[in-house]
Amino acid sequence: MNSILLIVFLPLLAAIVGGLGNRALGNLPVKLITTGALFVSCALSWPIFLGFIAGDAQATVVPVLQWVQSGSLDFDWALRVDTLTAVMLVVITTVSALVHLYSWGYMDEDPDQPRFFAYLSLFTFAMLMLVTADNLVQMFFGWEGVGLASYLLIGFWFRKPSANAAAIKAFVVNRVGDLGFMLGIFGTFWVFGTVSIPEILAAAPAMSGSTIGFLGYRMQTMDILCILLFIGAMGKSAQLGLHTWLPDAMEGPTPVSALIHAATMVTAGVFMVCRLSPMFETAPIALGMVTFVGAATCIFAATIGTTQWDIKRVIAYSTCSQLGYMFFAAGVGAYGAAMFHLFTHAFFKALLFLGAGSVIHAMHHEQDMRYYGGLRKRIPLTFFAMLAGTLAITGVGIYWLHAGFAGFHSKDAILEVAFARGTEMGQFAFWMGAFAALLTSFYSWRLMFLTFWGKPRWAESEHIQHAVHHGHDDPEAHNPPVQEDAGHDAVHAVPSADQGDGTAGYHPHESPISMLVPLGVLTLGAVFAGFIFNPQFLDSAEFWGGSIYYNENLIHAMHAVPLWVKLTASIVMLLGLFGAWLAYIRDTSIPGKFVEQFRLVHRFVYNKWYFDELYDLIFVRPAFWFGRKLWKIGDEGIIDRFGPNGAAWLVLKGTGAAKRVQSGYLTSYALIMLLGLIAAVTWVLM
Amino acid sequence: MDYANSLYLTGPEVFLSVSGLILTLIAAWGGQKAARLSTILAVGALVGASIITAAFLINPAFEQGGDAFGGLYRMDAFGSVSKLLIYLAGIGCLIVTPRFFDKGLEYRPEYPLLVVFASVGMGMMVSATDLMTLYIGLELSSLSSYVLASFTRSDDRSAEAGLKYFVLGALASGILLYGMSLVYGFSGSTSYLAIRPAFEGTLGTGALFGVIFVLAGLAFKISAVPFHMWTPDVYEGAPTPVTTFFSTAPKVAAIAMTARITLDAFGNQADAWRQVIIFAALASVVVGALGAIGQSNIKRLLAYSSINNVGFILIGLATGTAAGASAMLVYLAIYVAMSLGSFVAVLMLRDKDGNQVENMADIAGLSRAKPMIALCLAAMMLSLAGIPPLYGFWGKFVVFQAAVEADMVVLAAIGIAASVIGAFYYLKIVKIMYFDEPANVVTGKNDLAHWTVLAVTAIFVSPLGYLLTIPMGALADRAAAALFAVV
Repeated sequence: MNSILLIVFLPLLAAIVGGLGNRALGNLPVKLITTGALFVSCALSWPIFLGFIAGDAQATVVPVLQWVQSGSLDFDWALRVDTLTAVMLVVITTVSALVHLYSWGYMDEDPDQPRFFAYLSLFTFAMLMLVTADNLVQMFFGWEGVGLASYLLIGFWFRKPSANAAAIKAFVVNRVGDLGFMLGIFGTFWVFGTVSIPEILAAAPAMSGSTIGFLGYRMQTMDILCILLFIGAMGKSAQLGLHTWLPDAMEGPTPVSALIHAATMVTAGVFMVCRLSPMFETAPIALGMVTFVGAATCIFAATIGTTQWDIKRVIAYSTCSQLGYMFFAAGVGAYGAAMFHLFTHAFFKALLFLGAGSVIHAMHHEQDMRYYGGLRKRIPLTFFAMLAGTLAITGVGIYWLHAGFAGFHSKDAILEVAFARGTEMGQFAFWMGAFAALLTSFYSWRLMFLTFWGKPRWAESEHIQHAVHHGHDDPEAHNPPVQEDAGHDAVHAVPSADQGDGTAGYHPHESPISMLVPLGVLTLGAVFAGFIFNPQFLDSAEFWGGSIYYNENLIHAMHAVPLWVKLTASIVMLLGLFGAWLAYIRDTSIPGKFVEQFRLVHRFVYNKWYFDELYDLIFVRPAFWFGRKLWKIGDEGIIDRFGPNGAAWLVLKGTGAAKRVQSGYLTSYALIMLLGLIAAVTWVLM
Repeated sequence: MDYANSLYLTGPEVFLSVSGLILTLIAAWGGQKAARLSTILAVGALVGASIITAAFLINPAFEQGGDAFGGLYRMDAFGSVSKLLIYLAGIGCLIVTPRFFDKGLEYRPEYPLLVVFASVGMGMMVSATDLMTLYIGLELSSLSSYVLASFTRSDDRSAEAGLKYFVLGALASGILLYGMSLVYGFSGSTSYLAIRPAFEGTLGTGALFGVIFVLAGLAFKISAVPFHMWTPDVYEGAPTPVTTFFSTAPKVAAIAMTARITLDAFGNQADAWRQVIIFAALASVVVGALGAIGQSNIKRLLAYSSINNVGFILIGLATGTAAGASAMLVYLAIYVAMSLGSFVAVLMLRDKDGNQVENMADIAGLSRAKPMIALCLAAMMLSLAGIPPLYGFWGKFVVFQAAVEADMVVLAAIGIAASVIGAFYYLKIVKIMYFDEPANVVTGKNDLAHWTVLAVTAIFVSPLGYLLTIPMGALADRAAAALFAVV
């Protein structure tokens, strides 16, 4: 089972070689090394996963190095491989390998490719470290590592101010969550005396019912610990309140969005809750909070998704919303369902992002869906991939056949299990989830209809016009100082300008093969992943083998819910599809009229419920004000003035005095000698 | 027999004196043309004296040293180590001298002669165990120094330097002599061995006056604040090789002499003189640092630097312990190398006509015109600033360590703070050489002698110097122990 060492450390090695070699090695070698390493990792991961599927693999821990031994704090670097890890391994390495490959085409004209690929591999290493962690500290290492890689990749086009701002925002917001996570780890160590995950999980049930003093209140120990840990998960998984960074993170290159901000890193919070599920099971209040936050995020993000114009932002809010599903599934105790949705979501959401990337690539970096339209025939392969992704996310399937796209299996199971839970919170989650599923269907089809159906509306796009009239400037139009490349231009545009059909004479082109292969592979995942793995993820306690808390009764109850509950998801999906068809195909004036009618509501939702403005008012401005005060008054006014500057002033004065005394006159020299003598004598005699 | 033994123990001085007399004859007969020959012979004489001194050091028969001339003179490890430093500094200064006078300034055979006689005097100073010997040695070296300072008679600045040095030196001598007479009056003897028991317990006012006056006279030779006023003017005015000499050999002699008299003769009055030494040490450190900042002449800056360094050395002395004395010797050895190296580097700064460059603005961008000189000078400056891994750091370290071990933490703390101020002007020179726009003034060539001395001192202050830490520390410990063995 030592292939796990290769799986985890090959990406690190590739990142180091690629990152340090950088320009010295050149684009192609770095791309080959990083991508090759990831494909090897991926190839090694699948046998492990299939071993668990077949039921003949055992959970193991592979020690790497001793890390800390200080008093009772004693833990090692060790790689834990069990079912939960195996699921994450295939998700991470597969999506990462495909994204590496996809980036060959997508980033082809970028001048900083080695840096990009090194970051991608570094991210993959950190993420693998996170999911193989055997103790909380190592998990935290991975947690921070992916945060760092995310920061670097969001700000990859560092010459673009908005990318820098987004990177900083992601980092800062995550710090808030990380503080919770850290406090959770400290508290866990304080209560249990260990950071080893198996030991904590074994000891957790015994702690149930004990109380602890926190912020002046007596609170349930397990609840407070789990809530703190969950705050960490909220930050990383962009849950309501700490979600603001995720949409902005779309400033990064699209492959990054697919890998980090859809398939892997943002699911780290879900993974953590599942990994610690026996602990969360002893904390009913915390679980209630997980359910509530998950359900609220689910509906909240879905509403925003229906109003956005930027294709990547729609998918970003969709991600946020889908993460909400995973969380409330975990919150009601169906960790298997949560992980199943995580698994299927990784495929179809990565597919959607990479498909969107392909569209953006074809449309000369135009991301606004208002300027798309009619692309179905122009880029058919991308269209079919996106269609598969949409069918998967909306959960298309036929109940009686038990057959459908990936989302049909996982999302429907989540809704059923929430209903089956029987608690008020479960009911709340069910109804929120059902409504969100309607919105999901609506915004997903809205995206499809706006992009691929209808007539071309490209002529008004600045990007397109730029491409047609001024030739093709730098590849991503993001990191300005790169050489002009007009050669590429001929593919896109014929100079004969507008032909009156809304195309402005622009000819979208299908993406290169390196981008289409990942789309194809992910399409297979989006279509079949749910159907194939359904039995193991949902119904097999043996499959999970104790790596998560598995509630057998709940799963039985899930299968026994009334028929209308089972059909709900499919019904709302059809409703959403119908709504989108009505508004964006049948009568395209409906959205305008709707906005006219409900101006306030629309504006509220369109502006993302004013979260950014609210945070700006409550946190950012006061922090800036406070920081400025500390800087002007504390730093410059007190420390500098009386510290360095004061000392320098004193020294300067002293120098002046020393120079004046050194007049060059013998008499004054002699006088000073005698004065010194007198002073010395006086001093000694006193 | 006793007389022969005494002559034997004073071997270095006897050898140098005889050499000096021979050099006088050569100078008298050979005149101007004998200058180069007498320089070579003088270097040979100093080498010979070094060998004799080293032979005493390694000869186990003289492990405990020996008294000569009925207690007027003592040959021991402390004296021998100090003398070795003095002679080596003298050699270093002499071999870089002739080149300096090549350019129109007349070089005469008296110059090496005076250096040899000054060395004789300094040897007597460090070995003196009687106020009389001390005074004779001091005057011999001082009088030679006054003449050296005004050696280029045609140069106003040199003449002014010599005169100032002479007048203030006379004043200091007067103070010293007055102190000595008081000490003699209250103790009844001029011998250290006799003064020590006589000055026990609480001293009367007169005796205290004597002690302080003696210390003040000696402080002048060390150029400790407030008796330092002559230093910048003389260092700037005197010919650069002479300044090099002043900043090295006489410093060693004066400090060693002061250590011996305070620790031996006034050993029972440590509380009385310690206050004065501490004050002088701190004042030197601070004034040296502050004074240097405003300077634009490199020699003058180095004069303040030497005052600053004397302060650190006195911190070692102020502890009054064997560890302190040992630290002081280690610092002295490193200081001599740093000072010699710095001044030789300055000597090597010539414009295209071969004239000396002393103005700091003129060495701007030296790193491009003369990278090796700039590198060595930068190493000297950083070492003087006490920045590890250069060897100057070690000197400061042992001195502060000795102070801390003697419970003089405040003294050490102030010393460290002042060395931060000092770092400013050392770094400023480095900055001027490396980062300023080249002034392209320094273009002259240099001979092998300069390069040799510069290379040897640069290697010594480089991290390679730490290889010597253990033998040098052992030697310094032995020397310091000898100082305390007399008691």
